[in-house]
Amino acid sequence: MTARRASFGAFVAASADAGRLVVQPRMGFADPRRMRAGLERTRAATATTAGTLTVDSYTRVGDLAAARAAVADGARLNGYPIATHPAAVTRALLEGLLDDGFPVQVRHGSARPEAIVRALTAAGLDATEGGPVSYCLPYGRTPLRRSVAAWARACELLAGTARPGAVPHVESFGGCLLGQLCPPGLLVALSVLECLFFVQHGIRSVSLSYAQQTHPGQDEEAVRALRRLAAEFLPAGVDHHVVLYTYMGVYPRTPHGATRLLEASARLAVRSGAGRLIVKTTAEAHRIPTVEENVRALETAAAAAALAGAPAAPAGPDGDGGEVLEEARTLVETVLDLDADLSRSLPAAFERGLLDVPFCLHPDNPGRSRGLVDPAGRLRWAATGAMPIRADTTVAAPLTADGLLAALHHVARRYDLPHPGPEDGHGRPPAARPAVRPAPSFGPAPASSPT
Amino acid sequence: MKILLGGTASDSHTWNLVYLQLFLGELGHEVVGLGPCVDAEELADACRRHAPDAVVLSSVNGHGYRDGLAAVRRLRAEPALAALPVVIGGKLGVAGRPQETEAARLLEAGCDAVLGDGDLDALRDFLAVRVRGGVPA
Repeated sequence: MTARRASFGAFVAASADAGRLVVQPRMGFADPRRMRAGLERTRAATATTAGTLTVDSYTRVGDLAAARAAVADGARLNGYPIATHPAAVTRALLEGLLDDGFPVQVRHGSARPEAIVRALTAAGLDATEGGPVSYCLPYGRTPLRRSVAAWARACELLAGTARPGAVPHVESFGGCLLGQLCPPGLLVALSVLECLFFVQHGIRSVSLSYAQQTHPGQDEEAVRALRRLAAEFLPAGVDHHVVLYTYMGVYPRTPHGATRLLEASARLAVRSGAGRLIVKTTAEAHRIPTVEENVRALETAAAAAALAGAPAAPAGPDGDGGEVLEEARTLVETVLDLDADLSRSLPAAFERGLLDVPFCLHPDNPGRSRGLVDPAGRLRWAATGAMPIRADTTVAAPLTADGLLAALHHVARRYDLPHPGPEDGHGRPPAARPAVRPAPSFGPAPASSPT
Repeated sequence: MKILLGGTASDSHTWNLVYLQLFLGELGHEVVGLGPCVDAEELADACRRHAPDAVVLSSVNGHGYRDGLAAVRRLRAEPALAALPVVIGGKLGVAGRPQETEAARLLEAGCDAVLGDGDLDALRDFLAVRVRGGVPA
């Protein structure tokens, strides 16, 4: 590497100090030239950007033979096969792009990320994301204990083999899980727990994620809770920031709806004190976005953030934090009480039902919890199974296919309406069901693509 | 009828499967949900174990044509599963529109139907025909 490079966490911290929200796309192409072009365009966008190398799904599930075969066939993949292309190819595509003002993170979605971590460190990178729970339960079939062991090794590998002077960074995907219909208390708790897990395995710079949900007020409360618990539970000296994901559920289909939701997420990031935002594009409801669409999304988000004013002070969230903080704290403390070593307590908590991800089909998830959108647009628990938190039984109704579809499309429907409410579609009665029900896909539209 | 429902090998999406499980259940079918990321071998195992009347594969990550081909070839390679009705649907490619050639390859490999994104009526009809009249040749 020729240029001096700040570490990922230090770059976000410096941007926050300068009053700038870091914006970042999801972007991955099989062809190294297209991948480089995408990173060049991200870097050149009128915004404070971090670059992303999103890995393809074959590499994600560990099927490197399929990734190699697809590359050999010239097939279009949904990401960059980082463990298939030689390290020299990845280094060459990054050459001259990575520097003090442009870090690149590898995003993948793997429950067994060792090969990906080996490949990214070999290419001179040191920032990635995921987590032993958040990249296992919602997204595959790997047993939770195997994912925990693999993530422990991957963190140790990353901590030990990154280039000299680097501070490797890992972001938890715990604030997303299935992307929608999970009340924020569990999202916040899992983000905190996974970051603690990374730290227990040698990582000294982490980010805690939260995905924008259905209600701007509840979301703000959640991000503040996340910052507060991070400050309390992470050891002193561990660098950390909050990363917000623009809505990860069924996305608005209209350009105006998609843009408004993105802008709302940028404002949320600023007023709640998040340091970084991963954006969505106007193409999200339809297909994998182009580079052009991603650049436009980055610039739209950056402009909305700039108009929203200076970010909230990085320390000292106001108030008592409310219900989200209380739920999240109860969950975090319950898990840590089982065993301070999270590689033991995380699987044990799921085994006992003390953690239970709503709608998650993984065999190691208890599957007894359920979330819903209440009439005011907030996420609530319809059922909590054996978790140490209470469900709101006044709002629960039997789950039907139509009911699920309406809940999944709640945000998209609101933002696709021609006339927005005063703030982010709220402050007015909930939208009536349209006469034509939202077009269901063979399953609903890709809800939450991982990473 | 008894339906085996799953995602394709590299597809980690879940909501399509949660929705389809409810949708098929409400049509009166018994649904065995395998969840996401079912590779060809796991699918064949599950078919032997559960003896379903039909297999429904749903994919939205853009690798559906490729993964679906491997899945249906694996099932058809086994005599006991050679005639089992198999339908695949969703967002099957990365291009955002149906690809005729790719769909034709799936049908040639033994898929009984390749459905587009949102073709729930077609899925219901596909299953209804098989409930009433058994499996057409």
